[in-house]
Amino acid sequence: MIEFRAVTKRFEDGTIAVDELDLTVEAGTITVFVGPSGCGKTTSLRMVNRMIDPTSGTILVDGKDVLSVDPPTLRRGIGYVIQQAGLFPHRTVLDNVATVPLLSGWDRRKARARAAELLEIVGLDPAFGKRYPAQLSGGQQQRVGVARALAADPPVLLMDEPFSAVDPVVREGLQDELLRLQAELDKTIVFVTHDIDEALKLGERVAVFQTGGHLAQYAKPAELLSAPANDFVASFVGRDRGYRTLTFLHADVPVHPVTTAKLGQRVTVTDWTLVVDDQDRPRGWLSGVDGEIEVSERDLIAGGSLYDGSTLRGALDAALSSPSALGVMVDDNGAVVGVVKADDVIKALAKARAAGEVPK
Amino acid sequence: MGGWLFDPAHWSGPTGIPVRLLEHLGYTLMTLLIAAVIAIPLGAFVGHTGKGGFVVVGLSNALRALPTTAVLILVVLWAGLGDFPVYVALVLLAIPPIMAGAYAGIRAVDPVTVDAARGVGMRESGVLLKVEIPNALPLIYGGFRGAALQVVATATIAAYTGAGGLGRLVFDGLALQEFGQMLAGAVLVALLAVLVDLGFAGLQRLTVSPGLRPVGTGGKT
Amino acid sequence: MTWIFENWDRFWEVTEVHLRLSVVPVLIGFLLSIPLGWLASRSATARAILFPLANILFTIPSIALIVITPVLIGVKILDEINVIVPLTIYTIALMVRSVADALSAVPGHVTAAANAMGFRPLRRFLTVDFPLALPVTIAGLRVATVSNISMVSVGALVGLGGYGQLFTEGYQTDNPAKVFAGLIGTVVLAVLADGLLLVLGRVLTPWARAGR
Ligand SMILES: Nc1ncnc2c1ncn2[C@@H]1O[C@H](COP(=O)(O)OP(=O)(O)OP(=O)(O)O)[C@@H](O)[C@H]1O
Ligand SMILES: [Mg+2]
Repeated sequence: MIEFRAVTKRFEDGTIAVDELDLTVEAGTITVFVGPSGCGKTTSLRMVNRMIDPTSGTILVDGKDVLSVDPPTLRRGIGYVIQQAGLFPHRTVLDNVATVPLLSGWDRRKARARAAELLEIVGLDPAFGKRYPAQLSGGQQQRVGVARALAADPPVLLMDEPFSAVDPVVREGLQDELLRLQAELDKTIVFVTHDIDEALKLGERVAVFQTGGHLAQYAKPAELLSAPANDFVASFVGRDRGYRTLTFLHADVPVHPVTTAKLGQRVTVTDWTLVVDDQDRPRGWLSGVDGEIEVSERDLIAGGSLYDGSTLRGALDAALSSPSALGVMVDDNGAVVGVVKADDVIKALAKARAAGEVPK
Repeated sequence: MGGWLFDPAHWSGPTGIPVRLLEHLGYTLMTLLIAAVIAIPLGAFVGHTGKGGFVVVGLSNALRALPTTAVLILVVLWAGLGDFPVYVALVLLAIPPIMAGAYAGIRAVDPVTVDAARGVGMRESGVLLKVEIPNALPLIYGGFRGAALQVVATATIAAYTGAGGLGRLVFDGLALQEFGQMLAGAVLVALLAVLVDLGFAGLQRLTVSPGLRPVGTGGKT
Repeated sequence: MTWIFENWDRFWEVTEVHLRLSVVPVLIGFLLSIPLGWLASRSATARAILFPLANILFTIPSIALIVITPVLIGVKILDEINVIVPLTIYTIALMVRSVADALSAVPGHVTAAANAMGFRPLRRFLTVDFPLALPVTIAGLRVATVSNISMVSVGALVGLGGYGQLFTEGYQTDNPAKVFAGLIGTVVLAVLADGLLLVLGRVLTPWARAGR
């Protein structure tokens, strides 16, 4: 658990980067600090491992005042990941990851073995261990940065825009990976970003900072969307926050049966028909045609996004993006279960709201 | 013209070419060692703290303007003949480039890397010794090898005040109006400079992390 | 210091010689290194020849070059040309690299834009490339000038003029004050020349500090 108690940071030039911050980060959760550039996210984060000392106020990590611990010792017990990864260019990937265990006095062999294990945990081939950082892609460097921070198994992890220097596809992969890791490791993670989507995706709790170092709102993602504390938060979480709210609702939507046909089959198509492969996975749609035809790849109309049965947002998007206005729902193996309709999603939303499941 | 150099008589005895070469090499290596011991810690420390940079730059420039001959003569007049004046003069010559290289090398280390070093819990000594200096090595070697070339060339004037080294060939040749001997001295000094530089280039390859070589050439991929 | 004032005429005389012996090689060397540096910045072959050659020339001790030059070009050992030629060579050896580096560092988009506007090569070099390369070039020129001023003294070891004469005479007559006077002269001259070039550089390249 990390507690900020009336923490203020004023730099020598008079800039107030953090203003009277009161906030508690629960153990075993991912808490995201989000806000526009220069609002004091990095400063708040760096005060936890004493890369910066507060001007006034107290920060407790697991009940202990950080100012009572000498900085190097404190930092060895707190993982720290930064935007540019900050790997040591003169050390191999393996030795980079082994840094903290070695500093903490492990013997070299044990530290290296642990480092190799960590490379696997973060999804890197251990063969990468022999490379130097300059020989890795940005995304790979970022994984090594995470591995290095995890090496000594610290209970707390500080991450400062760790994924913002990589392309969107890689970023999404790294985010999923982090969620998977967290499910296993159960760390207390503070994650800084200026990307609201990233914040809503990763954070169990999200702290929205306002320029001048003020905490504007500290809440669960769904609440942030449905009940922003002020205009700043409302505009920061964005215009389509109503739509985003659906991400956090898991209400039931009725699933309707759908006519399917297999590739190569001879059929008479009268209405929208979903074409599937041998494993029942959707391939595309056929709209009504005259007479009997043999279904071939050529006739298919590309489908929309697939609904995996998790959130209302997925259901609505599947329905809206489908050429037939029917959202295809699939199971874990990708096989077709049925279809959902947009009206049903709206009804489900109304029901959830009536039941008080949508925070006000 | 090369007759003097290849005359076997000049390759033996206490004033033979091998002895002069070794003396010259001795002056050079000893000078570099002393200068490095003074200049690298100084430059690195100032680079690390970021304070007093103007002192390093100013001191380097002032020392660069100092005529080595004058220093040599002054120390001889003050302390008498011998190797000591030679070392004073040459060490003062070698300090500026070595110190400037160390200072610039440490300053050039990516601040993100240094920040990360502190972030993982290194103490200041660790940050300097385990991260900054290893990363600064290419520039440290740059300054050091520059100094080495200058020292090899300038050690020649040690012979003006009667000390040894390859300068003896030049000054003795001058006194005897023996051009072959002067030329031999010049050629041998240049040769020695190239060899010394090759030696340090080898040392650099051995001690600088492959991770710091230009991208694509370091290690296996 | 008192030696300087008590022997002002002599001091001024060696100062003049010293100045001439160091400034002339810097000027000639600088002018010659511009076309050579340009060549090195354009052609890899030229670079592969010029840079190693410059390095080797630099390793030849100045005293050796000074005593060898007269034999090679057939003049008397006490001719001033014996200092001017070696120092010119050193200047070129230093400056070729500076000029080449400076010209290579001119951003490609700037030269491309100049070409697109219809500059002919020589005109583009004189009005675009070279001015943009001046800051780095002048930094190199400062190093060459200071080291030349300090190296001229070596000529005195074979009897040539300049402050070096004060060193050798002081040594022979056991007069440290005279040596010290020469040392002060050399350092003051070096510092003045360096400062002058610094100021000149700033005046010539006002854009280099704009927006900082
Ligand atoms: N060392 C410093 N000295 C003076 N002011 C500083 C210093 N470090 C940060 N600041 C100022 O403090 C404020 C908060 O900075 P901080 O780095 O915490 O912002 P941030 O929220 O992390 O922004 P970004 O999203 O751009 O990283 C900014 O106005 C910044 O200019
Ligand atoms: Mg930041």
